[in-house]
Amino acid sequence: MHIAPPASAGPFVHGGASIARDMRLVMLALLPATLFGLWQFGWPALLLFAITLATVVVTEALCLWLAGRPLRPFLGDGSALLTGWLLALSLPPWAPWWIGVIGGVIAILIAKQVFGGIGQNPFNPAMVARVALLIAFPVEMTSFVAPVPLGSDAAPGLGEALAIVQGGAPLDAYSGATTLGVVRTALDQGETLSGILGTSFAPFSAALGLHGGSLGETSALLLLLGGLGLIFTRVIGWQIPAAMLGTLALLATVMHIHDPTHYPDATYHLLGGATMLGAFFIATDPTTSPVTARGRLIFGAGCGLLIYVIRTWAGYPEGVAFAVLLMNACTPVIDHYVRPRIHGRDRRGRALVGAEHPETRR
Amino acid sequence: MTALRQLLRRPANRIHPLRGGVHPDDRKALAASAPITELPLPARLDLPLQQHIGASAAPLVRKGQRVAKGEPIARAQGAISAPLHAPTSGRVIAIAERPAHHPSGLAMPTISIEPDGEERWHPAITPCDDPFALDPAHIAERVAAAGVVGLGGATFPAAVKLNLGASHPLHTLVINGAECEPYLTCDDRLMRERAEAVIDGARIMAHALGVGGILVAIEDNKPEAAAAIETAAARFDAITLIRVPTRYPMGSERHLVQALTGRETPARALTAQLGVVVHNPATAFAVHQALRLGQPLIARALTLSGAAIARPANLWVPLGTAVETLIAHCGGLTEDDARLVSGGPMMGQPLPSHRAPTTKGCNAILALGAAERAPGRTMPCTRCGRCVEVCPCGLVPLELAAYIRAGDLEGAAERGLHDCLGCGSCAYTCPSQQPLAQYIAHAKGELAARARARRKQAETKALAEQRSARLEAIKRAKREAMARRKREAARKQAEQQTETEH
Repeated sequence: MHIAPPASAGPFVHGGASIARDMRLVMLALLPATLFGLWQFGWPALLLFAITLATVVVTEALCLWLAGRPLRPFLGDGSALLTGWLLALSLPPWAPWWIGVIGGVIAILIAKQVFGGIGQNPFNPAMVARVALLIAFPVEMTSFVAPVPLGSDAAPGLGEALAIVQGGAPLDAYSGATTLGVVRTALDQGETLSGILGTSFAPFSAALGLHGGSLGETSALLLLLGGLGLIFTRVIGWQIPAAMLGTLALLATVMHIHDPTHYPDATYHLLGGATMLGAFFIATDPTTSPVTARGRLIFGAGCGLLIYVIRTWAGYPEGVAFAVLLMNACTPVIDHYVRPRIHGRDRRGRALVGAEHPETRR
Repeated sequence: MTALRQLLRRPANRIHPLRGGVHPDDRKALAASAPITELPLPARLDLPLQQHIGASAAPLVRKGQRVAKGEPIARAQGAISAPLHAPTSGRVIAIAERPAHHPSGLAMPTISIEPDGEERWHPAITPCDDPFALDPAHIAERVAAAGVVGLGGATFPAAVKLNLGASHPLHTLVINGAECEPYLTCDDRLMRERAEAVIDGARIMAHALGVGGILVAIEDNKPEAAAAIETAAARFDAITLIRVPTRYPMGSERHLVQALTGRETPARALTAQLGVVVHNPATAFAVHQALRLGQPLIARALTLSGAAIARPANLWVPLGTAVETLIAHCGGLTEDDARLVSGGPMMGQPLPSHRAPTTKGCNAILALGAAERAPGRTMPCTRCGRCVEVCPCGLVPLELAAYIRAGDLEGAAERGLHDCLGCGSCAYTCPSQQPLAQYIAHAKGELAARARARRKQAETKALAEQRSARLEAIKRAKREAMARRKREAARKQAEQQTETEH
């Protein structure tokens, strides 16, 4: 009778969770919003999406090979694919191919593998790439188009799409700025909010995603659906999305009540830009967010606060990427100070005394 | 006003919330329907002298000596220790080092007995009619003499825990029938089949402790055991059955006490600080046998289970039976690469050899098939925080593991390493399959070894200092004696001189 050599200690059984499963579920949750975005923006978007994904996979494989790590488990976990996917969703849908390629390389090589690969990156790779692209290529990264769904007359065919993705074709005929961009520009020019919003913001269509914007950020509703699915399947906790959306909504509401002519209400902030994608899919990246429930509440609230500040008073109309990266930088500090109370001890780590109840002890 | 307060008061048997925990597939169906059957007497029994926490027992028999069933063969040494008794009548064939029931596989002094098949009881074993007439200290003495230890796996001498009433104001005895480890069904079967005896043992223990209330806590995945206990306890007002939710590690002593009372046991302290003492149902049964029948602990119920066991079973096994005998009795192994585990799959220990004997603390032998085991493909930690979420002790296992990997064990100790109960929920739930519990176990062991080495060093140093002080004192004494003699001689010479001068 042959017996397996003894493992050092238990447990000898495992719950079956894996990184690959988590990644697959996140991609599944992204699928509705992604398909909707691809349908809305047609062939050029599809090409950009494919190029970005291909770039991250090739870059990841190259880095793993250079580092002498096995390809199969690390490529197979799907983490690189998800990074590329999230990056693609945050790009202007008709951006030229090299935006996807440069972004993909930045995300995997500079933001992830340089730090040691999966689990080691301090900043969200997709958002590092997005911000780097935004600063390096401001024109390409802010050229948005109005939706021209596949099958509609205005939708570009595959040939036209190739030209668009090559970066040669003029986009003027299709251009359609994002709501956040329009409002910001108009407000800066001294117009009143009611006038601007009357023409450029309809909560219903914003929720559905029938407006210009990044490839996969437009449909707040589908993103919310996917995000709730992730919470339900326990892939992500509720704390970051709840704190982030809650803080953003609260600030928007307070400021809106304070001065309705200059500060749009909560629906505008919740449904516009990358709010939903950020709250459920970006800020919840485990590696770059705190590990405790309370830490996550603080992290999410910080993201919400920064998004509001950047959108309202800073130089960019959209601030999700910046907000998440800034809070990523705070994660080690949050994890250092915010930790669970140890069983049988008070928050300072002193052993409880006799009959005292842990929560009442100061 | 009082009525209102009464109304607002928590219902008496409310289960208080616990933090963390996991819901592993309990796999109890493999063995739960198998009644406890007696194992035929094996051809040889090996009884290691160390089967409990504390000092090892000292042999009372010689090689070749004949022993009767229940006869003491090794006596307890020191305050925390337990004696050993012959599980059957026979002849002592060896007192030598043999592989022990321990993951290291190291040898341990062991008394080997060859049964003669007569099952002749030791004459000193006599039933006791009314244990409740005995005074509490006397009960603890008898429990100690019977070699009863905590049979839930902790193997802490039960009598020491029965004496806690002397040092702590106690009010409740909790019988921990949670049996939250997957696969394990021997407590379940014992409570179903011997509920009266378990309740009787619990009442005797309560008498010894001087407590008025007994809570029997059973996880709600064992309705038959709960029903049997409820029936057996119906006559006694002091006994309350509480069905606790099935959640690992509900059977952790301090967590069970928290679920039942809502109060947390202070770190590094005993539940007795809250007035509660926790014992296992198998221990209660052993106390019943020791007090009512006068029989020492010489056999126990244990579960043989796992997908690689041909016929999973619950067996009544004489202590010292080799694991391979048990496996053979259950039809052998069905898989070549089975992993043998002593205890549950979460907190059990790997068994290096199927020749190891079963001991007092062994509540299960599992042979886990390849499909049941953790696949063991470790990926880097992604900081997902699930280990933090499930940790019932409020630790940050991923952080402890990072400190331990970096070799900073003191850093890990500052962050609560010693508050870890070792339940393994973190490793069980980790998507990256990081061996978190294993890291922590390693660090605890290493720190304990270092502390031992430090103590030893300090002792050696103290001894060396004492020795040099002693040598110094001797030298000084010699010098002084020499000086005295010289003075003496000088004086005598001077006297002689003066005498001659006169």
